Amino acid sequence: MATVAAVIASTHHPFYYRASTSTGADWPPFTDEWVAKIEAFRATLTRAEPDVLVMVGSDHFHQLWLDNMPQFLVGKAPFFDANWYNEEREFGLPRMRLAGEEDLAAYLLREGLDAGFDLAFSNELRIDHSVTCPIITLRPQADLPVVPVYTNIFAPPMPRPERFVQLGRTIRGMVESWPQDKRVAIIGTGHLSLELGGPRQFGPHGPDPEFDRKAVTWIANGDVDGCLGEVTLDSLHAPGNATHGFMDFMLMMGAAGDGVKADYTDTLDLFHTMEAYFTWYPEGAVSS
Amino acid sequence: MSKYLLNKFLYTVDRDPELVERYRADPAGTMAWWEREMANTVLNCTAGEKSTWLAFDEPERRALREHDHVALFGLGAHPFLTLTLFIAMFERDHGPLEYQLAYARAMSHISLPYPDIAT
Repeated sequence: MATVAAVIASTHHPFYYRASTSTGADWPPFTDEWVAKIEAFRATLTRAEPDVLVMVGSDHFHQLWLDNMPQFLVGKAPFFDANWYNEEREFGLPRMRLAGEEDLAAYLLREGLDAGFDLAFSNELRIDHSVTCPIITLRPQADLPVVPVYTNIFAPPMPRPERFVQLGRTIRGMVESWPQDKRVAIIGTGHLSLELGGPRQFGPHGPDPEFDRKAVTWIANGDVDGCLGEVTLDSLHAPGNATHGFMDFMLMMGAAGDGVKADYTDTLDLFHTMEAYFTWYPEGAVSS
Repeated sequence: MSKYLLNKFLYTVDRDPELVERYRADPAGTMAWWEREMANTVLNCTAGEKSTWLAFDEPERRALREHDHVALFGLGAHPFLTLTLFIAMFERDHGPLEYQLAYARAMSHISLPYPDIAT
């Protein structure tokens, strides 16, 4: 059986690549601290010695569109090309190509369907920055095969937060029962409070620092019940109009386990958003 | 009113570098051409398999013709699509973050609940 080597949840900030690869006068003043935090976070994945990465993210109206919108989708292909013209244009992201782990993708689809999740699939998926940002931050050599899992946090109607938690629990169980002697890291990225295209965007902090503080506490403590007690599809409009991306963090709380505290927690208060980084080691803490 | 069609316009223009420049330079002409030629294209199908029923209403045409991101927000266009395309068109004319902050200031009179973006 496979081993869940790490569960990792993070924000995905599309400007990290440009900030961390800039030079001279273009090097933003906050970047030293940001890079240091990312390198420490990256070490938490390296320590887990994964063979395969399950990557939970959300297409930002790139390949998935309103004429044919899945709620949850698994990519099953030998390769995934990555990043799109408008991400090169706005964020300076590079074109990338990741290998796929088709056997695990097929397993997640079969077992997921049998477990009550009518998962969509794609055999030709060009993935976007919700998956490539954590590759850039956590595994920049991009040398491990992946299984992308896309969620709809973007286009209403969306599944409710409970469903994201349930899918996270189900993914965790499916990975643990995958009959391969491989070490799998389950990595998912979302947002804390976030506003895009509205009056609260690009402020000096995230649009709702109080929500961010509570959210980090829920995640760090694995407090699924506390989180589900306050977070609904409707309530997520209040902290910022793109805050439904928090449901991917809730999925990762489901994958990490109810009541399981994160082994590693870090945050960074940036303009526009609060960055947040969490790692769990299901086998027990890994020595550094 | 068709939030879906507004989003389709923003989506198809944003992903095409030539259309981004064309819409920046000639919003009225690009909007009229797009509605006439592209609005009923089913994106994942061959050219002959068109839809027959998609059209803008006049407030939507005006918002697109005038590059009015505040009006688009009010009409329920998806804010991510509008923001991404408008940054592509206009950020270049401003200093770092100037455009994004001006974009937000123009919407400062808007309070919760925001217009429904469900399609």
